[in-house]
Amino acid sequence: MSTLQMDFDLGPEGGLRALNSWLHGNTSLAPLPKVRVLNPDGAHAIACGADAPFEIDVMGHAGYYVAGMNKHAKVTVHGNASTGAAENMMSGEVRIKGFASTSAGASAHGGCLIVEGDASLRCGISLKGGDIVVGGNVGSFSAFMAQAGRLVICGDAGEALGDSLYEAVIYVRGKVASLGADARFEDMTPADLAGLQALLTLAGFPHDPAEFRKVASARSLYHWNADANQEY
Amino acid sequence: MCGIVGLLLKKPSWDDRLGELLVPMLVGMTDRGPDSAGLAVFATTPTTSTKLSLFQLHGAVDWAAFMRALASALPGEHGLHDSGRHAVLSTRADITAVKQHIAATCPGVVILSQGHRIDLYKDIGSPGAIAERYGFAKLVGSHAVGHTRMATESAVTPAHAHPFTAGEDFCLVHNGSLSNPYRVRRKLEPLGIHFETDNDTEAACRFLEWRMREGDSIEKAIDKGFSELDGFFTFLIGTQDGLSLVRDPFACKPAIVAETDDYVAVASEFRSLAHLPGVDTARLFEPQPRTIYSWKRA
Repeated sequence: MSTLQMDFDLGPEGGLRALNSWLHGNTSLAPLPKVRVLNPDGAHAIACGADAPFEIDVMGHAGYYVAGMNKHAKVTVHGNASTGAAENMMSGEVRIKGFASTSAGASAHGGCLIVEGDASLRCGISLKGGDIVVGGNVGSFSAFMAQAGRLVICGDAGEALGDSLYEAVIYVRGKVASLGADARFEDMTPADLAGLQALLTLAGFPHDPAEFRKVASARSLYHWNADANQEY
Repeated sequence: MCGIVGLLLKKPSWDDRLGELLVPMLVGMTDRGPDSAGLAVFATTPTTSTKLSLFQLHGAVDWAAFMRALASALPGEHGLHDSGRHAVLSTRADITAVKQHIAATCPGVVILSQGHRIDLYKDIGSPGAIAERYGFAKLVGSHAVGHTRMATESAVTPAHAHPFTAGEDFCLVHNGSLSNPYRVRRKLEPLGIHFETDNDTEAACRFLEWRMREGDSIEKAIDKGFSELDGFFTFLIGTQDGLSLVRDPFACKPAIVAETDDYVAVASEFRSLAHLPGVDTARLFEPQPRTIYSWKRA
């Protein structure tokens, strides 16, 4: 038995545990109901560890780690998200309609995080294969040590973009305050343009991929250079 | 981890609600700081007398005896409003003589704050219990600064709780930790600046207040702080006419601001702002790192 829509109210009674345990315990319902989270009011760990293609709407501002470890689910936050939105996401889609605080999409292995507003510092830190599309600006140290995946920045980037990048790729449309160690601008290939167009279409941002620049690893840190005298 | 909250009311007609609006903000940060809490409230209009917020750290509380001893040592106009271990003394006597009297004859009493607007409360326990203990919900004023503490670098005592104060009508709360408080202290102590605890935040508080006494604006003082104070911080500072907020260059510690036509509210997390009237349509933003935000009562 299932209803078409489940509402979880996180108001004064606090239904966070009820929400998350329901999500974890009802992964095989058919059809899966839509889930609405009411009065989130900045609660932490909303819809963490979802493991089925739920559609989850968070009707307000979310606290830390919203949709963390998400697998398959499509989570929309109709507000802002605090630290670590969609951190360690495995698959699925997480959309933040407002702004995202620090470390959005940290260590995401798969799926796509869309931030319609700005993302703060360390967006996509240690990215491991997921995609992140930010409609606005990102703060400093974004994509720090990102290993795989793509970070799309429709606005500007702060200091040290892509510091110590591995194989993740950054596409940035606006200004870059500075590149991090071992990050460099590279030419866009036809494959870059096609992939970026697909991400922008998914995110619903009307920009032309040709307006973006690509940042990738120069790979000079892949091997220890004893002559560098600790200066990079 | 710690929680900070601050509220500045833009219209005097809201001043009666300061405590009522602030208590849920403070209680909302209990998860971030369950071991102690404190609150500094700035009155709408300054008193002509000088106010000292006092706290009986240890020993029996006998404020009546305290007042008798004060009146006999320093004749003059003194008033006291007490609640439990806490009291606010108003006096027109020479304030240095009053403080010397307290230091010499009341070893269990500490002075939490001094000024013409500020009243300061801090104690150990849960934020909700402390708010109840001292009747925070009934407090009235133009702006306030609060803190919930999870101690990481020094003891859990009322004296180590925030806000810290220095000088007059100046207080600071801190989320984070400083790595060079003793260096700052070694710089200030030879200038005659006295420290009361070994807490790192006290060094930041006394450094900034010293700079302002030397003529710096709050903005200039904080700017000097960027080169003198090493560590992680979100600082919220209360002065006689407003609030100032700053995050370290790495934005290691959170903060969010909600501004409407009626108030500016600051908290570590949105959880503490969710109950505020009109927050749904407020301008919400996260302060940028290494950027000084100041709001003054018009």
